[in-house]
Amino acid sequence: MSNVEFIAPTSPEQAAKALLAGGPGARPLGGGTDLLVQLRSGRLPAGLIVDLKRIPEAIGIRQDGGAFVIGASTPGITLSEHKALGLAWPGVVEATNLIGSTQVQGRASMAGNLCNASPAADSVPALVAARATCLIVGPDGRRTATVESIAVAPGKTSLAPGEFVLEIRLPARPGRSGDAYLRSIPRTEMDIAVVGAGVNLTLDAAGVITEAHVALGAVGPTVILATAAAAALVGTKADEAALANLDAAARAACNPISDKRGTAEFRTKIAGVLARRAATIAYGRAEKR
Amino acid sequence: MSDVLERRDAAPLDDGHLKVVGTRPVRPDGADKVTGKAMYGADLAMPGMVVGKILRSPHAHARIVSIDTRKARALPGVKAIVTAADFPDLASEEFEAGESAGNLRDLSQNVMARHVVLYDGHAVAAVAATSSSIADEALALIVVDYEVLPHVTEVEAAMSPDAPVLHAHMFTQGLAVTPDKPSNIAKRNELTRGDLAAAFAEADVTVEGRYTTAAVHQGYIEPHACVASYAADGQCQVWSSSQGQFMIRTYCAKVLNLESSNIRVTPAEIGGGFGGKTTVYLEPVALALSRQCGHPVKMVMTRDEVFRASGPTSAGVMTVKLGAKADGTITAADVVLKFQAGAFEGSPVGAGSMTALACYDIPNFSIVGYDVVTNTPKVAAYRAPGAPISAFAVETAMDELAAKLGMDPLALREKNAVRDGMKASYGPVFKNIGYVETLEAIRSHPHYTAPLGPNQGRGLAVGFWFNIGGESTAAVNINEDGTAVVISGNPDIGGSRASMAMMAAEVLGLPVEKVRPIVADTASIGFSMLTGGSRTTFATGMAVTQASQKIVEDLKRRAAMLMDVSVDQVDWVDGVAVCRDASKGKADLSLAHIAEKSGQTGGPIGAQVSLNAQGAGPGFGVHLCDVEVDPETGHVTVLRYTAAQDVGKAIHPAYVEGQIQGGVAQGVGWALNEEYIFDRTGHMENAGFLDYRVPVASDLPMIDSILVEVANPRHPFGAKGVGEVPIVPPLAAVGNAVSAAIGKRLTDLPMAPPKIRAAIDAG
Ligand SMILES: Cc1cc2nc3c(=O)[nH]c(=O)nc-3n(C[C@H](O)[C@H](O)[C@H](O)COP(=O)(O)OP(=O)(O)OC[C@H]3O[C@@H](n4cnc5c(N)ncnc54)[C@H](O)[C@@H]3O)c2cc1C
Repeated sequence: MSNVEFIAPTSPEQAAKALLAGGPGARPLGGGTDLLVQLRSGRLPAGLIVDLKRIPEAIGIRQDGGAFVIGASTPGITLSEHKALGLAWPGVVEATNLIGSTQVQGRASMAGNLCNASPAADSVPALVAARATCLIVGPDGRRTATVESIAVAPGKTSLAPGEFVLEIRLPARPGRSGDAYLRSIPRTEMDIAVVGAGVNLTLDAAGVITEAHVALGAVGPTVILATAAAAALVGTKADEAALANLDAAARAACNPISDKRGTAEFRTKIAGVLARRAATIAYGRAEKR
Repeated sequence: MSDVLERRDAAPLDDGHLKVVGTRPVRPDGADKVTGKAMYGADLAMPGMVVGKILRSPHAHARIVSIDTRKARALPGVKAIVTAADFPDLASEEFEAGESAGNLRDLSQNVMARHVVLYDGHAVAAVAATSSSIADEALALIVVDYEVLPHVTEVEAAMSPDAPVLHAHMFTQGLAVTPDKPSNIAKRNELTRGDLAAAFAEADVTVEGRYTTAAVHQGYIEPHACVASYAADGQCQVWSSSQGQFMIRTYCAKVLNLESSNIRVTPAEIGGGFGGKTTVYLEPVALALSRQCGHPVKMVMTRDEVFRASGPTSAGVMTVKLGAKADGTITAADVVLKFQAGAFEGSPVGAGSMTALACYDIPNFSIVGYDVVTNTPKVAAYRAPGAPISAFAVETAMDELAAKLGMDPLALREKNAVRDGMKASYGPVFKNIGYVETLEAIRSHPHYTAPLGPNQGRGLAVGFWFNIGGESTAAVNINEDGTAVVISGNPDIGGSRASMAMMAAEVLGLPVEKVRPIVADTASIGFSMLTGGSRTTFATGMAVTQASQKIVEDLKRRAAMLMDVSVDQVDWVDGVAVCRDASKGKADLSLAHIAEKSGQTGGPIGAQVSLNAQGAGPGFGVHLCDVEVDPETGHVTVLRYTAAQDVGKAIHPAYVEGQIQGGVAQGVGWALNEEYIFDRTGHMENAGFLDYRVPVASDLPMIDSILVEVANPRHPFGAKGVGEVPIVPPLAAVGNAVSAAIGKRLTDLPMAPPKIRAAIDAG
């Protein structure tokens, strides 16, 4: 990384301008826990680094009615310290906090996790299940997009030249809602998800699921929003039969590869198992709220 | 946490009054290590130093047609470039170096490829430049024209008659008739006893299985690193992290055709070796670069290079057949071991064969080993080289035999255990071994009878390692204030400095804090074999003890002079000279006093001892492991682990426990997740700690170690080597536990979640 240039603008518009001017070698910088590793290893060519952390909106958590607006470069540790966020979206917070170690948590951001566009990114299935959206800033102004529309292939995003994510928005939600995220790794920490599953549920007063969202990580080129799997839960109390249907529908949604981290067959089976277990946890959380 | 069980027969100096040996003082190198002050291989900087880097082969097997370095040489900032042409073309010559015997030609061609590259990562050229980025640019400007050849990475595929042959000069040794065609089988070795066929025919019960282990890396945290400086007058200096500064000197001299007296090697602090730093990769290259440009050259491997071009130990394919009487007496064993050597011959299959049945008294057996070259990095020693691999096969088969006999696995081991006076499967007669005591330590431990829950299983396995002695030098000098310095030539990879200081303190009668142990460079102390074979506390400890004893004799002589009595009137008691005859009214003389007056009694006080230590006691370990398997995900949680080991005498019990815990941790990684993964082109796919999965702290329970002390009378304090035995049993202990938990026999390592889930689903 011999000829790296670095700037740290303080407004979103300056950042967008610089990114556009910098061309294809220009990169937004959040915590750098992916970007710096890739630059060092030579996987990415050196170019212009645009640090987003000096932009006020890019850091911190704000409540907007029942919604939460999270600055794109807010480190994971800040999420874990936010009580209201943890109560409303325990699955999103636990997914983000799985990233790396204590040291990595001090830097790593959700937007970085998302825009690195790895199918195994831990926070993304939880965000997709949460129906989170991104506020995107670019040379032509601002737009909103769903989280699942950002990554289009491993390492590739739908962001246009000069565009970056400024905020991530978790929508307001009714009571008796809960979410959960689980991942499968061969060890207990410091690993990449072989499979990840995020589930987000809302119940009625009788405990019947009225809304469900299921997202699966590392079982396709991008995170999969498994609508048929979610449909298997709606109208049920997450009983055994519903969970079996969820398991089958989640497996049917998978389109994984076999690689050094796991076979396609294994990934598919585990996606069903984790979806089931995450649904059970999310259901328990929803009942308590 | 540890229990200490003792059977003290004969340790000469152990009269029950030890003051230092057996205690747990703070390690003398500890403060530097925890404050970041310790100087590791990459920490040295010198004036005018330049950066050396290596260009590595992207191919698993290829002929080097040409190497064009002109563009790289023209790059400003490039100071030197070397290829095999800058090294002498050595003839085939075997050498003996403790645990790492080998061939000089192979050693040299592994350091720098000549005519042909034999694995992905094989060094092809090296540059030295004024900065790291210029060196990188220069590497990219070197044009190597390769003719890619077919490759083979798997052991059995490499043994097949139609496999691509790595070395046209390799004709299998150890066969009745040397074959007329070259092959990848470097050697066949065989150990036999009795009449195997008859024994199997008469056996009541037999079991038979095929077992495999993957290539695994030693996984030391510190990458290989050195600084080398070649002066205009031919004097060379090397600072490097290794398991033996004398080994580095010898290999540099051989590979570059230099005289040993012209090479001075200073050992850096070492951040882990586990056997993997018993050879050279960088040092001769750095010297060759320095010779060309006149600057000191620093080389530090990346983690990618460590995985692709250093270590690992062999992958293995084994078959074991056991025959027994209905009462559990094993009468026959047939073992075949096929070990991957990597690019050059020299897998540890010999040691794997010798250790395979060493725990058992079996009248009829055959052990056949094959040393097989493959297009993978040349294997290096790894803790008890070979033994964990063959133990995995034999101990898994033992578990199957116990199940078939309906016998408790521990009882089966007890019934067939070797004891003092028995002839070992590898030749000698056992003396002063503590194996049955170690089995007993596990039988009487609460772990052995603790209840298990659902999806949980318990595995037992035993293991053996020879331990070695060998050549060592140590010096002890008394300072003018009565403190002492202990100088040895063995890098401290497992707490040996503490042990050296403790043994000297014990003999001299000093508090251990008054003894400063140092590891000296090759010009400042006499020759010592490298730190390996679990030899340092035994062999170098013997030299330290003898040097200290010489000093005590000298101190008594000097005290006698100062007291004006004859020397036989003086006793040395707790660091003080005492006149036996109280009526003479002589005041006691402290060591400090005698040291202060040394000018009057003959000058400085010091002694050096060089020896070739014999009588290293072999070690045995018995391990018990509980796991829980998540039947849906195939995940294994190691719940509980207890390891008992015969250690002779624990000089510093905490560091002996540390050795046991570390060996178990590495063995658990070997059993569950670690493996070299090659793609179809022979490129290593997981050359980093993200996808080469060593255990992290949260993967392991507290490992309970039981020190069984059956003294080795050949060591002044009864010590046996302890560093290697603990990695021998865990592969099978974990594997047997996993098999018990899922109710199915697993025979292939690593037992990663996909494999376990697939086995469960197979029903
Ligand atoms: C030791 C270690 C362990 C790890 N463990 C895990 C793990 O368990 N799970 C996991 O999912 N990941 C893991 N990672 C990867 C990484 O930490 C995460 O992906 C992290 O969330 C990245 O966030 P960041 O802020 O550091 O991103 P950066 O490295 O700053 O950026 C990542 C990518 O996103 C782009 N980017 C950053 N911010 C924006 C933005 N606002 N708008 C547009 N593009 C942007 C960058 O240009 C870059 O391409 C680990 C990394 C390390 C080093």
